[in-house]
Amino acid sequence: MLTLEPFYKLGGFFLVLVAVRIFGRGQTLRHWCSALFWAILGITLAYGQVLDSAFVGGLVVTLVVLAASGYVKAGNETVEHDVKSNKIDFGFKLLYPALVIPLAGVIGSLLFTRIKIHGALIADSGQAPLIALGIGALIALVWSMRMTHAPIKQPVVEGARLFEVIGYAIILPQLLAALGTIFTHAGVGQVIAGLVAQALPTHIPWVAVTAYCVGMALFTICMGNAFAAFSVITAGIGLPLVIKAHGGNPAILASMGMLAGYCGTLISPMAANFNIIPAVLLELKDRNAILKAQLPIALAIFCANLGILIFCVFRY
Amino acid sequence: MLKLIGIGIVALGFACEVNPLLVVVIAGFVTGLVGGMSLHDILAELGKGFVKNRSILLPVVAIIPVMGLLEKYGLKIQAQALIKKMKKATAGRVILGYTAIRQISISLGLNFGGHAGMIRPVIAPMAEGAALSQNPNISEKLLQSVKAHASAAENTGAFFGEDIFIAVGGVVLMHNFFEAEGMNVGLWSIALWGIPTAIAAFGVMVWRCYVLDKRIAREIAVNKKTGGEEC
Repeated sequence: MLTLEPFYKLGGFFLVLVAVRIFGRGQTLRHWCSALFWAILGITLAYGQVLDSAFVGGLVVTLVVLAASGYVKAGNETVEHDVKSNKIDFGFKLLYPALVIPLAGVIGSLLFTRIKIHGALIADSGQAPLIALGIGALIALVWSMRMTHAPIKQPVVEGARLFEVIGYAIILPQLLAALGTIFTHAGVGQVIAGLVAQALPTHIPWVAVTAYCVGMALFTICMGNAFAAFSVITAGIGLPLVIKAHGGNPAILASMGMLAGYCGTLISPMAANFNIIPAVLLELKDRNAILKAQLPIALAIFCANLGILIFCVFRY
Repeated sequence: MLKLIGIGIVALGFACEVNPLLVVVIAGFVTGLVGGMSLHDILAELGKGFVKNRSILLPVVAIIPVMGLLEKYGLKIQAQALIKKMKKATAGRVILGYTAIRQISISLGLNFGGHAGMIRPVIAPMAEGAALSQNPNISEKLLQSVKAHASAAENTGAFFGEDIFIAVGGVVLMHNFFEAEGMNVGLWSIALWGIPTAIAAFGVMVWRCYVLDKRIAREIAVNKKTGGEEC
């Protein structure tokens, strides 16, 4: 069975190469700190599974200290693409390797979860899309290397350039997810659910439904993750105050409650992997540009969702 | 009540634009300490959570060598040249078209796309190219907003399509939640009740893309009035 481990190893190895490249470019403190940052990140990616958790925690704190020192770039500086220096025009065929990645993602996800070898699936259904993406990226890399006849070090050179553009924001989503587990351990959710139930007249059915949706959205904004919010808010508000007290339909309430949470995800800076990382990937000057574009979208969908929910939940 | 201090730290830190990594780590340590965890436990929990979520980092690391290489040889220019060949393509239509494809495919369980796999290499350059052919003198600010809307389409399409498919994490999570409470709530009924909001979400994207194209058109009008000083 295929797992993600070899891809984590490859990714970690690539990050270490990037670190070596950055280190080789200059001997200033900034280069050292930057190289150290990417090397440590590479180690956590490649060997995170086998290292002691508290030790990895120490490495993570080191990453944060390096980032906070100001020597690793914040990632909002745009580096000009050196495209004009190319003598050869490759034409539209340059797009093919780029399209291989999403295509491999689709085909791989479909095949890996259906074909069995010796009675076992090729890959776990949860990991299949990522494994497929990894394979697609490798195919695309080999193909584009052959097409452009680029020197073998070119992917590392360009990778180092892009990683320095992205900067330390790259680890924010992972760090937020880690914060989420600490919140869960400390029991933050129960406190919030209790407060909402106390503050509002939830004996009126639509107030209870509204409180549930607003609770889902608010808690998702705070946590950056609707899944984490779902169990807490449904146990605290949805189940006792809507389903048990007013006889609401659990399937409808859960389905649309989760979607109310997704509206929160659209406007949460905590949901960095959806809202901040892409802004950095697209090299947007304003790191909150995606959040701003999504604010009217989220508000409109939230209202529509709430309206449909109040209309349907006690009727079906 | 004291346990909520972590959320307060994050909100305050993000608002004051302190280094976000520092804010998150401090919030984690304070919340853990208030919640009665030892320093070693907090470090271990931090490390465990970080490693458990390596899958977030992998797609970015996987595509960066390819994207860096292809961009070096002019990927973006080619994507933009392709879209310029389509006369009726506007930034709004490119983005809306992607929203539709994303919503429909993910609701059938086909999870392709993503910010790293699709938006950065294909959709954002196409939308940018379309916007540039709509208005060659488009402001940098509006161009950035076009790209931001491409990412917004990815998020909106994926979020409000995926829960229609029964095998997806969210639907299973809801089902398991009720099962643990001793209630039997069918996977299909949860999934099907995602459809009304999915349609509403697409309607909202139609509106936003229309507004985006309007904004690009308005800039053309302004540019014409001030008279080609940018030559």
